[in-house]
Amino acid sequence: MEFLTDILLLSDSAIRIAAPLILAALAGLCAERAGIVDIGLEGKMLAAAFAAASAAAITGSPWAGLLSGILVSVMLALLHGYVSINQRGNQIVSGMAINIMVAGLAPTLANAWFSRGGQTPLLDSEARFNEITLPLADLLQDVPLVGAVYSNLLSGHSFLTYLAFLMVPVVGWILYRTRFGLRLRAVGENPEAVDTAGISVTLLRYQAMIIAGILCGMSGSALSTALGAGFIRDMSAGKGFLALAAMIFGKWKPVPTLLACLLFAFVDALQGRLQGVSLPLIGEIPVQFTIMLPYVLTVVILAGFVGKMEAPKASGIPYEKDR
Amino acid sequence: MKYLFVRVVALLVLASTPSTLAFAQDFKPVLLYDIGGKFDKSFNEAAFRGAEKFATESGIDFRDFEPNSETQYEQALKRFARRKADLIVAVGVGYSVAVRNVAEQYPNVKFTVIDAIIDLPNVQSITFKENEGSFLVGMAAAMATKSGKVGFIGGMDIPLIRRFQVGYVQGAQFVRDDLDFIENYVGTTPSAWNDPIKASEMAKSQYARGVDVIFSAAGPSGLGVINAAKDSGALAIGVDSNQNHVQPGFVLTSMLKRVDLAVSQAMQQANAGTWKSGHQVLGLPEGGVDYAMDEHNATLITAEMRERLEDARAKIIAGEITVDDVDGGNSGH
Repeated sequence: MEFLTDILLLSDSAIRIAAPLILAALAGLCAERAGIVDIGLEGKMLAAAFAAASAAAITGSPWAGLLSGILVSVMLALLHGYVSINQRGNQIVSGMAINIMVAGLAPTLANAWFSRGGQTPLLDSEARFNEITLPLADLLQDVPLVGAVYSNLLSGHSFLTYLAFLMVPVVGWILYRTRFGLRLRAVGENPEAVDTAGISVTLLRYQAMIIAGILCGMSGSALSTALGAGFIRDMSAGKGFLALAAMIFGKWKPVPTLLACLLFAFVDALQGRLQGVSLPLIGEIPVQFTIMLPYVLTVVILAGFVGKMEAPKASGIPYEKDR
Repeated sequence: MKYLFVRVVALLVLASTPSTLAFAQDFKPVLLYDIGGKFDKSFNEAAFRGAEKFATESGIDFRDFEPNSETQYEQALKRFARRKADLIVAVGVGYSVAVRNVAEQYPNVKFTVIDAIIDLPNVQSITFKENEGSFLVGMAAAMATKSGKVGFIGGMDIPLIRRFQVGYVQGAQFVRDDLDFIENYVGTTPSAWNDPIKASEMAKSQYARGVDVIFSAAGPSGLGVINAAKDSGALAIGVDSNQNHVQPGFVLTSMLKRVDLAVSQAMQQANAGTWKSGHQVLGLPEGGVDYAMDEHNATLITAEMRERLEDARAKIIAGEITVDDVDGGNSGH
């Protein structure tokens, strides 16, 4: 029974940790499917986290926070778009530039506005996305297994966590069931063909960047207004890069990407749980080793289990019409 | 054109004069923070308060610098040493290597380093007996817990933080010997100090497993633990600065590490000419560590608890209780 409770707690934790990863990975997926490598996910996430925390702190409303998080992230996405679509610049350089710029700019602005050494004020409960208890969760609490899963695992997450999971089918539907999605995928595989068909490559890629910006904005807002309660410098702590890895691991497809995010999140939760625990036969594992676990797993999976990975063919290549 | 250039230069020189005048005062102290930022509600903020205290008492301004990464430690030290600062106070165990290198190069500049031990004729090292303060908050945790399970969340896994843990566990066991402990470390790199999301996730996991008091020695990441305490309706214990006000009612107490005292003392001594190099240890007898009591936790710590804590404090000062320590607690990582 204790084992079951442990699994339940770990999964619950994994769902929370996974939410920002899923949103950021979907953002990267939309961008890359349209042929733009978005290594600036980390920076956009951090910028959105900062904007959301600032707006929520000033207005006292998490919705205002979410809105400004999305707005800032979309603006950065458009900047990245301008460099890589119009100016045909190197997309990796542009993305890294965004990461470095935000890492410095966000704490500096926070310092200037709030004078708290690069942090925003701690948010009250009203200014955060709080945990939502699903209907009947309290009632079903005592039903064995089903009740425990429903009321502990599925209920009690914030709005943005539910939104993250909802975005997976939404993005899947847009990419695979709509005309826009077909064109978006085509522009990442063979932009010449799209251009020949009389559709604007530039416009499509900008639209993809806006979608990526919106998703990344949600992800950053989740960090500072749902999971955390305020902005702290470098609080994205590499999650943008982890999301990128999850997207590659998920072969640029929404559902496998979701599973990859969940796996990373689960291992992350597991490493916290394994610290200081004495395992049979092995004994206590040093902290340094457990913290390594998610990364070791990533390398092992990428090297051994995933098989051939095919990136969108035109990904990372600027489109030049007159060639 | 040539005139214009001369005029621009002249203007620039004029513009910079006021700042050179400001530098012309006799004593020039500098404060260098550790990563985490000046207002981290914790370690660095305590250092800042100490320097502020010195500034208001003596009327002498101090200069400060917030590094963004470890690579800036040595650059910043050299920059201020080259400008002939009189006293450079560097806070944080991360500075140990950088201060040693720079202090050897600039033997005429005084350095005070907090949390690290460096044996040089122009360096004053100040360390704290965090284990003694942690012993007291460990006792408080053991008296406050109803479930019999208490937790600890450390920031970066370094000997210094292990010292907090050792004192905490010993203090808790001093009250009750039937307690369960759950311990977590956020990470093994300096980014572990700035990851409140992960710290909060670890705290939530501990609370869900029955822990009802968690001591976080994790710098800014600890704010995540305090928030998780509020979300879970349980208790947290703050660290370094008094964090009782962060979420009133959910912070049992805070383990105070009087970095402010150390910083203001070092600056005062250097100003008065009584500054001495060498190693100083601030423990309970010197008032270097303590537990925090204020209006926010007055209802959480009962008079009876308070009595036992004061009793233990007296015994530690008298040497009747010896608090364990870890090896190499103040060596660099």
